[in-house]
Amino acid sequence: MNAPVNTPAPADGELKELVAQYALQLGDDALILSQRLSEWCAHSPELEEDVALANLALDLLGQARTLLTYAGTLEGRGRSEDDLAYLRTEREFRNVLLVEQPNGDFAVTIARQLYFATYQHELYSALVESTDPELAGLAAKAVKEVAYHRDHAVQWTLRLGDGTEESHRRMQDGLDALWPFTAELFAADTVALALAETGVAVDPRTLRPAWEASVAAVLEAATLTMPTGAWQPGGGRAGEHTEGFGFLLGEMQALHRQFPGAKW
Amino acid sequence: MMTQASEALDLAALEAAASAVPDPELPVVTLGDLGIVRGVAVAGDGAVEVRLTPTFVGCPATEAIAADVRAAVEARLRTGGGTGAGGVEVRTRMVMSPPWSTDWISDDGRRKLAEHGIAPPRAGGHGGPVAVTIGRPPTQQNQACPHCGSPDTRELSAFGSTPCQSLRACRACGEPFGAMKSL
Repeated sequence: MNAPVNTPAPADGELKELVAQYALQLGDDALILSQRLSEWCAHSPELEEDVALANLALDLLGQARTLLTYAGTLEGRGRSEDDLAYLRTEREFRNVLLVEQPNGDFAVTIARQLYFATYQHELYSALVESTDPELAGLAAKAVKEVAYHRDHAVQWTLRLGDGTEESHRRMQDGLDALWPFTAELFAADTVALALAETGVAVDPRTLRPAWEASVAAVLEAATLTMPTGAWQPGGGRAGEHTEGFGFLLGEMQALHRQFPGAKW
Repeated sequence: MMTQASEALDLAALEAAASAVPDPELPVVTLGDLGIVRGVAVAGDGAVEVRLTPTFVGCPATEAIAADVRAAVEARLRTGGGTGAGGVEVRTRMVMSPPWSTDWISDDGRRKLAEHGIAPPRAGGHGGPVAVTIGRPPTQQNQACPHCGSPDTRELSAFGSTPCQSLRACRACGEPFGAMKSL
């Protein structure tokens, strides 16, 4: 799929399909990061942080449920949020690679949070203007939650970066390790671009300047260095994921696959 | 017949019944106090539809709230929701827009929260995102202690026992307390 940027407005059915794919992309980002964050439950460095990370995961799960339900409704194949979360295979997930990266140490998790929450805050701030009322409504609601996510990551980045020699080293290592995966957040994805033309979606490329300025300001205040590097892995939106993703899905889907339709 | 029955329903009484339901996580306040009941209407198929809005998108109490509201409205229908109210289906629908903010909490709700030891959110001006700054946003620094009333409190964590609360402690009396987040 390599549609040129200036495509004619999509027909109604085609538009619906595109919005379904877009909702799936954003929903999968939220779902997979939620799953990763919930792995910290009962393993955080302190009790307050355990509660905080679980709260972040819960907010993201709420966004994911709304988006996956909407995607399922639009595609019209009768798939519920649960069907989409529990019964798709690895190649069918549309999330960016950043959110599936393993938690690493606490600093790696905070680096991932800083990169992603800053991006999501910019994205939802812009998506409030979407011509799609469902997406605009969710964005208006979620942007306020994500402001807290970003604040959480900023405070920890400052503490770790401007803390001890060891915390500084780990925070910088986390930022450097995950930096390559940030490029995909702003890549010219065909679904988003086609929908940006119609005012439904946000062109991901437009989010980069504000994101970079925001991250750079935090890192400077935290005495950390903005990473550089040319390697820009991608493919998540096309279902090409990294090695750890299969294990994540295995754990997330185990119960539903062993006991189909389980309810409690 | 269904339409005739629906026309006779006392929707204001049904909305009052929904609004009087206690919040499952903060039972000292009602759903009406929290401002999360958005209205009651009769849907095209004759069912009674109660519109609710979540405080946080992922609030885990959402499903319990919907079930409690259905039960309360059904009970009201049985005891006089209007003539011909028997057998009417009751549904809830979550609406996201306009987004809920802490400004929707009533004065009564704020008072009840404080009496229960939960600092109410700061009033006014929280329709938009919390200002994101490096260093703590000043708006989050001054919720008074609900136990001793001292304004000298500090944040332990922005995340508390429910999605809508943060965790604070009082420097004057030393007690920790939950505080409704400004949203």
